Amino acid sequence: MSVVTVQLGQCGNQVGHQLFDVICSDAHEAQRIYSCSSCERFFYRSRQGELVARAVMIDMEAKVINQSLTKAAKSGRWKYGDTSYFSQKQGSGNNWANGYCVHGPRHREVVEELVRREVERCDRLAGLMAMMSVAGGTGSGVGTYVTQCLRDIYPKSFILNHLTWPYGTGEVIVQNYNSVLTLAHLYQLSDAILVHENDTVHRICSQLLNIKHISFSDVNTVIAQQLGSVLQPALTADSHGVYSRNPLGELVSALACHPEYKLLSVSSIPQMPSSSIAYSTFSWPGLLKHLRQMLISNAKMEEGIDWQVRPLAGSERTRSLTGPSFNTSLANLLILRGKDVYSAETGSFEDPALYTSWLSSGEAFTLWKSPVPFNKYEKSATLVSNSQALLKPLDNMVGKAWNMFASRAYIHQYIKFGISEEDFLDSFTSLEQVISSYSQLC
Amino acid sequence: MTQSVVVQVGQCGNQVGCRFWDLALREHAHVNKKGLYDEALSSFFQNVDSRRSDGRGCGVGGRIQHLKARAVLVDMEEGVVNEILQGPLREVFDSTQLLTDVSGSGNNWAVGHMTYGSAYREQIVDKLRKAAEHCDCLQCFFLIHSMGGGTGSGLGTRVLSLLEEEFPEVCRIVTSIYPSAEDDVITSPYNSVLAMRELTEHADCVLPVENQSLVEIVNKIKHMSHGAKPGATIRRDSTVISGQGGLSGAEKPFDAMNNIVANLLLNMTSSARFEGSLNMDLNEIAMNLVPFPRLHYLVPSLTPLYTLADVNVPTRRLDQMFSDAFSKEHQLIRADPKHSLYLACALMVRGNVQVSDLRRNIERLKPSLPFVSWNQEGWKTGLCSVPPVGHSHSLLALANNTCVKPTFMELRERFTRLYRKKAHLHHYLNVEGMEQSFFSEAVTSLSSLIEEYHHLDATKLKLMPDAPRLCIAT
Repeated sequence: MSVVTVQLGQCGNQVGHQLFDVICSDAHEAQRIYSCSSCERFFYRSRQGELVARAVMIDMEAKVINQSLTKAAKSGRWKYGDTSYFSQKQGSGNNWANGYCVHGPRHREVVEELVRREVERCDRLAGLMAMMSVAGGTGSGVGTYVTQCLRDIYPKSFILNHLTWPYGTGEVIVQNYNSVLTLAHLYQLSDAILVHENDTVHRICSQLLNIKHISFSDVNTVIAQQLGSVLQPALTADSHGVYSRNPLGELVSALACHPEYKLLSVSSIPQMPSSSIAYSTFSWPGLLKHLRQMLISNAKMEEGIDWQVRPLAGSERTRSLTGPSFNTSLANLLILRGKDVYSAETGSFEDPALYTSWLSSGEAFTLWKSPVPFNKYEKSATLVSNSQALLKPLDNMVGKAWNMFASRAYIHQYIKFGISEEDFLDSFTSLEQVISSYSQLC
Repeated sequence: MTQSVVVQVGQCGNQVGCRFWDLALREHAHVNKKGLYDEALSSFFQNVDSRRSDGRGCGVGGRIQHLKARAVLVDMEEGVVNEILQGPLREVFDSTQLLTDVSGSGNNWAVGHMTYGSAYREQIVDKLRKAAEHCDCLQCFFLIHSMGGGTGSGLGTRVLSLLEEEFPEVCRIVTSIYPSAEDDVITSPYNSVLAMRELTEHADCVLPVENQSLVEIVNKIKHMSHGAKPGATIRRDSTVISGQGGLSGAEKPFDAMNNIVANLLLNMTSSARFEGSLNMDLNEIAMNLVPFPRLHYLVPSLTPLYTLADVNVPTRRLDQMFSDAFSKEHQLIRADPKHSLYLACALMVRGNVQVSDLRRNIERLKPSLPFVSWNQEGWKTGLCSVPPVGHSHSLLALANNTCVKPTFMELRERFTRLYRKKAHLHHYLNVEGMEQSFFSEAVTSLSSLIEEYHHLDATKLKLMPDAPRLCIAT
């Protein structure tokens, strides 16, 4: 089955491009079935036999789309469809309202037509993945509007939103407003929301990959690799040795079991500079032990993990936001790729103490495996987690936006395009609800 | 790609404008090696084929035929504009882009705003529309004028409100040159205060530049280049104060000062003209830096300003550039942002600088810079990969900072000193359409602006509690 990707805004188009590049370079000569399955998911063959990404690119300015188009074509391995992009001349100016109320509706038909064409090209549609940032105007505003249109047209298809959360400071001053409006709306529309935080990924680049001058392309590459390891073909428990058919559907059904809980975070192990791989040995027990501790202590990196954090017995469980930071999960999806994958022991992830009391660990834990190694590592593990991991950053984001809202700063810029103070209040309310739900997870 | 139109009004506006066009051409000549009319060029220039009779520009992608600046030049004297038309930049302008009169505004805001504003209204609108029609997607008007005289201040602000009427959707960024206290125009406080009200009401962003700061910067650079230590010479080809390598020949007295302002515009528009890993569109400036509609005065600072000879830039030098942007010596008004309150701050970086450099420097500088309680992370950043000619990188910081307040208070005081005695008032009241209420309303508008800044300043050292969050019933 195939996934249609919709890349929105500068960030969405850059990360999307990296993702296709990662997936395309993951083709293995020796693993025909794996490669074919991956290819069917993300690419189709043009009449000339080229690999073409099943993607629609949307931006309100042309620069980034042009860059991605050229870079893909230059790679010689794959390209974007010649007509599957839409760009305008003037960006949304970091204003969610401009994207959502003006640009989105204005270009609705063109965008829907582009997506419909890609969907009709699929023999079997697994679902739609919209990629965007939440900080700016186009990705967040137009992205939200487009997701809403997709939900209308494809009410029964899976829709996954991949969101890039901005750095805490420095990108866009109104980023917290834009993020709050985006998240609150997407929560009603999307089946699951997969989040990468720029700050976390930036730390991975500097501390694990030892990159000195980190550029956006470094950050995007890490995001794309993590995403790739989630979305590439894998064997599920009930797929009987055949690569699973619907990555989005199975991801959603494994992780998003309750409409109140849709925020997914990703962590991967190992992550290191290519030059060090030759000098490292990987064992499944070692990798999984680290990954599990990363999960429960809510560390996104294998460096600086707090080994003191232990699951508590039922009676001791803490309810506070600030207490000893045990990260309670609602559901986890563990994906193992590489050598000896069938011998890996994953029982430690099935410990009921890791999960909320109202879901049995059998239901809460899902395991995918693939013997094909991914991204230059002999063995690698990726964990997609619906847990409290994003609670703190979300709470921060909402708190900062709320503080700004209390002085009504910048509100006039949104009112200008038709978003009222009440719209803001509604969004705040629904996110406070999400925060409250996640903080009571135990 | 979007386009912008520069509207230069009055003697000062036109002189600064011309330095901008000179430097912009030079910058594009440096980057554009193939002689093709590309998107970067199209943002501020149109490419006209003189063989075509309709006067419309050619599309992007062809060879450069005849570059015409997207500009409208307005002055109520002929001197400066004529000089331009006889100078090396004459090819860049068309007679249809110019509007002049012979008699000048006599340093009287009312003459510029009322008399000429009404007489030339149709012609101005016509020229603005023409310039706009040549644009594929018009994003921004840049108005350049001075506050002290009659034409720039009076007619300039009249043009501003015409822009708002005719093109309400298009962003209006105004560069205003404020007179020094020892200005030889006696009525300059009147003109400035009257103009201020228009700026506060009709501009999206105002970049205030003080004449006095420019004088000080230029003097300091001259001093450095004369009494230089060995190894610390001023770069010859630096575009910051020198026009060398540009089109104009001999330097004129104000060229060095005007060059600094031109550089400000050059850096601000770089992200709209060239590529970068973090684009910063012109409409993002107001969106990020203007939390309240009237508080749109953005203090600019430029670095490197006192350029030293070495091009090889170790990290320390790069970090120094970031530190300098917040020092008093690099502000284009006489103000100390570090000891006032930031509402928001944009860093527009050009050259080979990475996100990590930006992040490191923001982290480093943040503790020493007071930000308003609800915008502790009020940073907006842009990265443009093309550096200015002769530099490896540069930084323009735009700060929405309460440090503009003293400048405005000083201005109000000079105004009040004149107004109390009703000095020179009759010159204004004789002008048709001018009433005394304009004066009182203008000073009230200025006072309430000062009051708003004052109000924010008062929150500075107080620990402001976070607003109580919404509670969810469980």
